[in-house]
Amino acid sequence: MGELQFLTWVRGSGLNLALTIFVVGVLWRLIEIYGLGRKKDLSASRSTPGASGWATILRRSLPPPGMLPASPVSYIGGYVFHVGLAVVVFLFAPHIALLTSIAGVVWPALPSQVVDFVTVVTMAAMIAVLVDRLFKPVKRFLSTFGDWFTWTLTFLPLLTGWLAVHHLLLPYTLMLAVHILSVELLLVFLPFTKLFHAFTVFGSRWFNGAVNGHKGVPV
Amino acid sequence: MSASLDKGVRVLKEMIDAPIASYFSSCVHCGICAEACLFYTETGDPKYTPIHKLEPMRRIYQQEYTLLGRLAKMVGLSKSVTDEELAEWQELVYNSCTLCGRCSAVCPVGNDIVYMVRKMREGMSAAGHAPEGIKGAVTRTINIGSPMGVKLPAVKAQMKHIEADTGIAIPLDQEGVEYMVTLSSMEIINFPEYLGAIAKVMRHVGRTWTLSSEAFEATNAGMQIGNSDLARVIVSRVVAGAEKLKVKTVISPECGHAYTALRWEGANLIGRPFTFKVQHIVETLEEFRAAGLLKLEGMETDRLSFHDPCQLARRGGVIQPQRNLMKMVAKDFVEMPDAGYMNWCCGGGGGASSIEEGEELRLEAFKRKKRQLDAVKPDRLVTACANCRIVLEEGLEHYKMNLPVVGLTETIAEHIPDPE
Repeated sequence: MGELQFLTWVRGSGLNLALTIFVVGVLWRLIEIYGLGRKKDLSASRSTPGASGWATILRRSLPPPGMLPASPVSYIGGYVFHVGLAVVVFLFAPHIALLTSIAGVVWPALPSQVVDFVTVVTMAAMIAVLVDRLFKPVKRFLSTFGDWFTWTLTFLPLLTGWLAVHHLLLPYTLMLAVHILSVELLLVFLPFTKLFHAFTVFGSRWFNGAVNGHKGVPV
Repeated sequence: MSASLDKGVRVLKEMIDAPIASYFSSCVHCGICAEACLFYTETGDPKYTPIHKLEPMRRIYQQEYTLLGRLAKMVGLSKSVTDEELAEWQELVYNSCTLCGRCSAVCPVGNDIVYMVRKMREGMSAAGHAPEGIKGAVTRTINIGSPMGVKLPAVKAQMKHIEADTGIAIPLDQEGVEYMVTLSSMEIINFPEYLGAIAKVMRHVGRTWTLSSEAFEATNAGMQIGNSDLARVIVSRVVAGAEKLKVKTVISPECGHAYTALRWEGANLIGRPFTFKVQHIVETLEEFRAAGLLKLEGMETDRLSFHDPCQLARRGGVIQPQRNLMKMVAKDFVEMPDAGYMNWCCGGGGGASSIEEGEELRLEAFKRKKRQLDAVKPDRLVTACANCRIVLEEGLEHYKMNLPVVGLTETIAEHIPDPE
């Protein structure tokens, strides 16, 4: 398979396959998880302003008082790479063009120099959280193959995209194809790894907030 | 697989619901829960990371409720939970967890970790892997009526003492009164001043109340060990007592987990809503205060601080009332760092204080409380949980800190003027 054929495959059948696995996988996992249901709480509820599932979905995006100094790399590195990923994925002109071709939606892009800078910062933040995982005893202790694997899955699209834009390491066509393939791998594995927190984080925060909201505890 | 392991695994499987599935699917191994857990912060041992305490349950979730997990189990890629593993986890699920809920309060993805530990204990106790100390407390509660083996005659003897001391009659089994007051064994044996304080408060505010000869004990070791069947038997006594006496409100004593057992778990354990209201005594006192019924005199002049029982504050939503009450009687009231919602546990909640082999770890974890106290140096510490009180006293003695610990109800009652 030549470079061009490879690119054509990842842009065509490869992308379709990845998107299908992603969509079916996400739906399957959501049903598998939330289909389990939960028992109705029969105790008398007490309502307090700010205590609810919805409030918790928002509130948990901020570190509780005193927690930031306890795990600064997780918090700051976490913010930087999550926001960075969102910027790079959704505000880079070629990505918007792709989404426009798939879904017909369109929105303004950031200048490519800005996206380039954000990409570098995002990769740096990801390296920082990786180093933290390697050296912070609790994180090291909790880490499994899945943690290293999903880090790699998330990092590769950033790295290959950046290399492709800068025409580094491999010929552009090949690097672009590798970049798209790395995104497809991310899509395929997302529903079945801890990356699925991208979806369940909302459900988890809501459940926690709802249980506590019932008790009148703003968590 | 042994019969008890088989049962334990089956129970764990039954415990898993949508929230637990969502929580396990959301965990990103960030380890922030460890920073909120006093057993980790004071020992530095990563095995005390809260989410790790649930590892056997997580594997059962994965193997039983996810497609990939089921496939992996079929082809032998994932290992089943073993009896040895659960035995090893006993220390993590009981000795080093007081169900304080700080982990649930900080998890960035929103996992209610202590909700899962509570459910995990159901499987652990079914598999026979619960500490002897809590097992004993459950057996005594079921057979005798209270975890410390207290029987009605002991309560009656205390009633007599208090009647002699205060000159107030303690009502027993009176039908149709407003409040049924319940106690913890600890209050009957170690802190009888609590019942005396209640008598004074009730006379002062002019409300009717009673004790019940069938339902004087409010604590629930069945809930602590994680056995809903036994927890139901225990809570049913209070329900039967309250319904027989047709009271409007049952007052949970100065005890954290008794409040959780009655207020939040009770109706779910018996499978129907209660026909009466449940209040922690702090809530009742706050109601009296807000209605202007508490006409207190004099102020404490020494420096007082308040230790929030986890089940009352973080897990129960009662945070401001105790502060309002403290300010009625304390001139110099100081808050410890993290007081209120994020207060640090005494280290002995959730049944942990009855685990003999957990004492060393408990005292190690107490260093957190010590730091909190050292930061504000109170002359006396007030709390609203008899178990916290005992655990605090043990810790303070161990670290040679001279700090009396008192109950909030008695502190309030001391400022009630004598009737004319």
